[in-house]
Formats: sequence, C-alpha cells, structure tokens
Amino acid sequence: MKVVSKMDIQDYKGVYVFIQQVDHKVAGVSHELLGKARELAGKMETEVTAVLLGNNVSDLCKDLASYGADKIILVDNPALDLYSTKPYAYAMCKVIEKYKPAVVLYGATAIGRDLAPRVAARIRTGLTADCTKLDVAEDGTKNLQMTRPAFGGNIMATIICPDYRPQMATVRPGVMQKIKPLENASAPTDKFSVQIPESENDVQILNVVKKESHKMDIQDAKVLVSGGRGMGSPENFKLLQNLADALSGTVSSSRACVDAGWVEKDIQVGQTGKTVRPNLYLACGISGAIQHLAGMEESDVIMAINKDETAPIFEVADYGVVGDALKILPLLTENVKKAIADRK
Amino acid sequence: MNIVVCIKQVPNTNEVKLDPKTGTLIREGVPSIINPDDKAGLEAALRLKDTNGAHVTVLSMGPPQAETALREALAMGADDAILVTDRAFGGADTWATAHTIAAALKTIPYDLIITGRQAIDGDTAQVGPQIAENLHIPNISYAEEIKVEGDYITVKRQFEDRYHIVKAKMPCLITALSELNEPRYMTPGGIFDAYREKKIKIVTRKDLDVKDGDIGLKGSPTRVIKTFTKSPKAAGTLVSNLDPQEAADYMLEKLQEKFII
Amino acid sequence: MDFTLSKEQEMARTLFRDFAEKEVKPLAQEIDEEERFPTEALEKFRKYKFMGIPYPKEYGGAGCDMLTYEMCIEEMAKVCATTSTMLSAHTSLGTWPILKYGTPEQKAKYLPKLCTGEYLGAFALTEPNAGTDSSAQQTKAVLDGDHYVLNGNKIFITNAGYADTYIVFAMTDKSKGNHGISAFIVEKNFPGFSVGKKEKKMGIHGSSTCELIFENCIVPKENLLGQEGKGFVIAMTTLDGGRIGVAAQAVGIAEGALEETIKYVRERKQFGRPLSKFQNTQFEIADMMTKVKAAQLLLYRAAKAKETQKSCTQEAAMAKLYCASTAMDVTTRCVQLHGGYGYTREYPVERMMRDAKITEIYEGTSEVQKMVISKAALK
Repeated sequence: MKVVSKMDIQDYKGVYVFIQQVDHKVAGVSHELLGKARELAGKMETEVTAVLLGNNVSDLCKDLASYGADKIILVDNPALDLYSTKPYAYAMCKVIEKYKPAVVLYGATAIGRDLAPRVAARIRTGLTADCTKLDVAEDGTKNLQMTRPAFGGNIMATIICPDYRPQMATVRPGVMQKIKPLENASAPTDKFSVQIPESENDVQILNVVKKESHKMDIQDAKVLVSGGRGMGSPENFKLLQNLADALSGTVSSSRACVDAGWVEKDIQVGQTGKTVRPNLYLACGISGAIQHLAGMEESDVIMAINKDETAPIFEVADYGVVGDALKILPLLTENVKKAIADRK
Repeated sequence: MNIVVCIKQVPNTNEVKLDPKTGTLIREGVPSIINPDDKAGLEAALRLKDTNGAHVTVLSMGPPQAETALREALAMGADDAILVTDRAFGGADTWATAHTIAAALKTIPYDLIITGRQAIDGDTAQVGPQIAENLHIPNISYAEEIKVEGDYITVKRQFEDRYHIVKAKMPCLITALSELNEPRYMTPGGIFDAYREKKIKIVTRKDLDVKDGDIGLKGSPTRVIKTFTKSPKAAGTLVSNLDPQEAADYMLEKLQEKFII
Repeated sequence: MDFTLSKEQEMARTLFRDFAEKEVKPLAQEIDEEERFPTEALEKFRKYKFMGIPYPKEYGGAGCDMLTYEMCIEEMAKVCATTSTMLSAHTSLGTWPILKYGTPEQKAKYLPKLCTGEYLGAFALTEPNAGTDSSAQQTKAVLDGDHYVLNGNKIFITNAGYADTYIVFAMTDKSKGNHGISAFIVEKNFPGFSVGKKEKKMGIHGSSTCELIFENCIVPKENLLGQEGKGFVIAMTTLDGGRIGVAAQAVGIAEGALEETIKYVRERKQFGRPLSKFQNTQFEIADMMTKVKAAQLLLYRAAKAKETQKSCTQEAAMAKLYCASTAMDVTTRCVQLHGGYGYTREYPVERMMRDAKITEIYEGTSEVQKMVISKAALK
C-alpha cells in the first residue's frame, strides 16, 4: 500500500531550488543550482522556481532572476531569521504542499543536508544526497536521474525516485556551473505567507560564533596550492603559502594534515572536505588517496610533486614531478615571481 | 537519563581498493568497523554516562553480522544492545531506514538519541534527521560539543563558517561528527563481558508497528538504477630524475604553457 | 583439535593490534634511542585495563583467558619489545605468584592494585653469582620478631625503579640449598630497600633493568609469600608463566620484523624490479613465515596448557626455546633482506634484531630450556 500511491505525479510540475541565504547573502551553490535547474527544466519543458526563505530578504529576489529563476516564491517570516531545522522544514513543506513541484534541489551544505532529509521524511518522498550529476531520463518518464559517489568515492550510483514527488536531491557545492548572469532579468515573485507555530521553534539559538577565517574559500579559488602529509610539518605550509601568494592562489590541504591538527578543516579537499575545480591544482606531498582525488580531479590542470613515483596522485596529474616538494617549492616560487615581474 | 546511540556497521572504505584491471571494487578482506561518526556519538554518550550518569543503549539496523559492531559498543561501555534485523527491512533507502529505526525506538525509553552525521559507505547524512522527524522530536545536526543540564541539552552545532550554540529540551536527537572526540578503546575485560555476559536484543518485523509498504525496498521512494566506477582520466606526463632547480624550471614552463601565469 | 580463536579472542586481538599501532608504535623508536621507560604506554595500559588481563574480576582483573593475554604481549612486541617486556614482567612475574600462592589477606591487599595497574609489579630472583644456579642465592632473610630482615643484592630486575611491589627471593636456610629459599612481597617503600645502578643493554632499551639493594630491609612477617622454603617452587612455577610471556614476545618481534620486511621488499627496487620479485626473497619470506606460524602454535599451546594443566613446564620451555630462536633467526634474516638500510636506524628491523636477542637469555637461557626439556624426556 502506498499512501501517496501513484500519486498523480503529473500534477507535480517545475524544477524548484531552495535558495540558501545566510547573513543576507545567497550561497554560491544556490546560484549554481539555478544554472543546473535551467538546463533540467529545458529538458522537462517546465520552469525554474527559486524558493527563498528568510526574514526581510525580499531584496535578494532580483539576483535570482539573473541567475536563471523564472519564478520566485518568497517566504518572509521572523521565525526564519536564523537557520533552524524545524521552522525551515515547516515552511518548505508548506511550499511543497501548495505548489507541488516535480523537483526540489538543495545545496549539499550544512543547512541543505539538515533541512532536506527532514522535509523528505515529512512529505514522504525520496531524497538523494550529495549529488554530483543530475540529468533527465530520456525514456519518456522525464524522471530526474541523480548521480552521486558512494563508498568513499569509490563508486558512483545513479538513483531515481519514480513513484513519489517531488524528486529531491542535495547537490554538492562547486560541481554545477552558474550561468553567466542575465542582464535585466526579472521574475515574478509570489509572496507566500506561512504561519509557523511557536511549537516548531523548539531549539533555541543562544549564540552565533563565526569561525575566524580571512582566507578565501578554497571552492572559489582559481589556483590551489595543496599540501599533504609529505610536507612534513605545519611550519612547512609556509612554503605553500609563499607560492600561493605568488600565484594569487590559496592554500588547501589533504585530510591527513587536518587530522594531524596542522591546518583547519575548512581548507580540506576531498570526500569529507570540499570539492574544488580550480584552474590549477598543485598537489605537494599528497599521495592521492581515492577520497582526496574525488574532491579535486575535476580541476582543469593538475600538477603534483611527490617523492614516491608510485603515488596515485600521478595517475590524475597532467604533470607529475618525482621529487622533494620542500626543495622544489622555494625554487618554483622564485621562478614564478621572476616570470611575473618580467611580464610587467 | 536514557541515551540511545544508533550505530551502523560499515566496510572500512579507506581499505577498499579498485581492481586496476576491471575497475570493480575489491571488497574481499575489507574489515567491518563501527561507522566513525557513530563511534564518536557513542563516545559522547559514554562521556555523558561518566559525568552525568546515564543508561546507554546501542541500536543497529542491519544484517545479523552487525552483531559484532554492537558487541564492540558493549565492550566500550554501552549497557544494552538492540539489533533490528529482518529480511523484510532489506534494501531500505534512507526514508525506509529512518522509518524502521524510529519504530524500533518507539518501543524503548529515550531522552537523547545520538546518531553519527553520516556513514562512510553511503555518505547520505539523512537518516539522523529523518529519525527525528518520524519521532516528532527536534534534531540538532553536526554536534561538536555537547552539554546536558537537567532536561536540556546545549550543543555547539557546526556550519561551514560558523557555529550555533543551541539549546533544546530533551527528548531530542543529535548527529555527531567524528571531530567531536577521540573514541575510547574497548577494554579486554569489556570484550569478554560483551560476549559472555551480555545479551543482544533482537527486534524483527513482527515486533514493530509498521506497514509493509513503508519498510525495506518496497517502502523506499528511491531506486538505484545503475552503479559504476569512474573512468580514469587520460594519463599525464611524469618526470623524474630532475634536480630541484630543473624541476622548478619544468613546472614554470608548464604553468606558462597553460596560461596560468 | 580446534585451532580457531573464539569471537571474543578475535575481537581482543583486533583491539591489541589497533592499540599497538596507534598508541605504542609511534613511540617505539624514541624509547629505544632515548633509553627511557615507556611511561605513556603504562598510563594507557592502566586506563584501558590491560594490567590484569588473565586474572579474575574479583581481584580487579579483566577475567580473560591466558591465550588472550599472550596475544596482547605478542601484539605489543610486534611494534615495541620494550613495552611488551614491561607488561609481561608485571603480569606474569609480578602478579601471578600472589594470585597462586598468596594468603587471602595478601590477595586482598595487593591483587586489586596490581590488576588495575595502580601498582606495577616486578620479580627479583637473579643475583650477581646466582643466575641459572638459583641455589647460589646470597640474599638472606632472617626472622626477627614480627618481621624479616633482608640483606643482599639482586641484578637485572625488570621494571626496577618503576615497580611498586617486588616478589623477592632470599635464603631463609642456606643449608637447604634451593629448599632454603623463601619468597617475599617487598614494597618499594620498605625501609632498607633501594634501587641500584641501571644496566646499559644491547636491546629492549626502554625497559628498566636495575640492581636492587637490600640493607637491613624490613619486611613484615605477613609479607612472606607461601611458606618458608617454598621459594624455589614459587620461582620455578612463576617462571613457567614468564617463559610463555617471553615466547609471546619473541613471536611478536619476529612477526613485526617480517611485516616490516614484506613491506620493504615490495617497495625497494634493484635491477629494475622490486626485491619481492626475486626468488631468494620469496623463499626467505616463505621460510620465515612458516617458522613464525610454527612458533605461534607452540606458544598458543603453552598458553592453553598454563590454564588447563597442573604443570606446563615442558610446554613453556619448548615454546620459549623455539620462539626465541625463531625471533633471532627471523630478525637476522630480515636485516639481511634490508641490506645496508637494515643495519641503520632508519628501519625498525635493526632494533628488532637487538631486541630479539634477549628472548634467548632472560627467564632461563635457551640452554636452560634444553635442560628442562631433556630432563623430562630422559626421565
């Protein structure tokens, strides 16, 4: 017995994107998802709707149109000021019940991966976590095909949600491409009022503590100089920083260095860290465990320095150098500085 | 205080290798372990037991072999263990898994439920929040620090760039990160007691108030239609036997060729 | 005959291996080079209740079996022989005699502290002039009212200086030779007791091996272990267990060296291919693997005998003899397979070879084991 059995899935239409905003700023992944949603909506012959939740956030709507939204649903409510699971889940469920979307996409962020499961459980529909690829079935069903890594990135699985709607997925940040912002785009905004019961607000936020970090997010960096266990010590990360400075890039790291307490978790690349696709990924003293490769192999150009010529990193590297990163890095930094100075 | 920790037995994915010829997973000889986030959750529960006093129950849904993970949890110091196991539960996705586990949880007392953030084999991070939804209790994901005072729990909840310090009245569910703590070892005596003196309670389909359409493969909204291994990227060039200066020169040349500088 | 471990033994082995890898191995080289006592390991053994593995729970022990305990020694020795020596001397030599021969009062007083690791135990039999020949004991104990007065010196005492209690052997009646020896429980704070010079050794560098000095040392009468004159029997039966511990240590050292070597021969290339592709390497590995497994079987059999038989003297002697010679042989061949690197401290096999040698010497040399074995065979 299926409660929503063979629910009239034809009644569910449109590709919806949950727009994540924190501190009055829309998350990059939400823009990426709007871009992807456009492509999917094209194949499904439907529209892209952005769902924006928050408190006093109506001014954020404008941008959403330029990133690809055809329509916007705005739930503006004081209870949605700071992210909290149940009020957000309540509002999102109301939106789904009312508008009946065919697809809802969320960023696979700390918020998206907390909110979406709760919504899916309540709505009684499927949810596919941390997708890296989305497509539309060409068998006439127009089902959403959601592909994601599993087994620590060792295998990929393609998943569908054939009999329940909406089809929901969280999507890994940094994987989908934003569209080039459309100029003068606009989209009709539907202000949807939701009464959130006080009882939903049962987790009290006592304090918000921002992590101290002035570094650029590694997902936004064009050049990443990344260090692994082979760097030997946290002090040697300075060598990476020097080269990153010369290349106007950012330093990132493998999991080993985070586990060893050398660097902060927010610069970790890989399965349990962040997925990056910079123009250049330079791996220094990183052996290249599969979990690491999963987070960086989409980079445009991969260079690697490692002492061990059998290191798996060389299997994905466009240019591999067998050698001691500690010795090569300072020389390369000098080379780069000189080259840039010469050009000027 | 009754704490229930949900644990999953997983293959140690760090030791999973791909067959270089066929590109398939080599699962043979891969040891089974308690999922790391879950183990951190168990440690958090055991610390609350040490400081505040608590009765710690571990619960796992899985095949009969998952018993080993429960014995390990007992050997670390958990008081009771429950194995939710039945062929009827097989093939469940996160929706059906959470629904089943929640049904099992409804049969026992709890003030605090702790799950790991995500399992290393599935990496979904969905079952925890979905259990909470099924039980109609609050969930606090990504707990980095936990404090219990009276009926209230205070948690440092992690986001990418910040923390929320949040407080909730129990019963509630929290999902634990492996960064939360360093789980203790079992003790040798604990292992012998776990096997010789403790019993694992088995919960099957008939013990739970669930509908057939809501469990196992049948109750799962999602379907896996294809699995595959990633095709490797075309091989690049590998140079060795360069001295450091030659290596640095070579790399500069390539950076310029690729218009990085 | 069943050669499989029980599920609890399997899980315990996994625990020991994991613990050894993460907690003991990282310090092994440092402890060896600095010749310092493995204090960190001791702290963790206490915390995780490794200090009384084979002893009853009523005394604060873990309630496991003898085989599980020997596997613990084996796994620790795989990564650090020093650390295994400390635990083995404490458990087999420093604690067991009280469990076996102690009065209810002695058991109640000392066992909970020893089994939880609050106290570290040690055993003192050897003297400058009484090694294999224990009847040449010169340390004397004279009863004086409510206490004994001990005078003399012991040497090569493992855990000395760190131990809280010592099982000390002394002559109460010189004229009776071995039958005039008595055993005492001596606490480190007893007046007249002190620790003398520390030995500099070839291997097990971090193990504390010192002289003990008794100068009119006052030992309360109630600390006599067993009856007067029972000391030799106590020493010999205790050594049966100690020898199994040494056998476990020897097997562990050999296994550790072999594991390191297997890793090395796969990585190291000569003439364009890994050493593991050369038949000499393959045959050496096969030969060593077989010997190690044979040694392990003798060890496990002795552990079982210790638990189930009235006497395990034969089994213990054979296990120690064979395991020790295997450790020496295997580590020597492992160093050889490493070539020049094996002779350096870059690779742990150098330490393992030095550590292996002691297993052929302490708790009865290999020659003593042969005497014990042949005595029964030719009876």
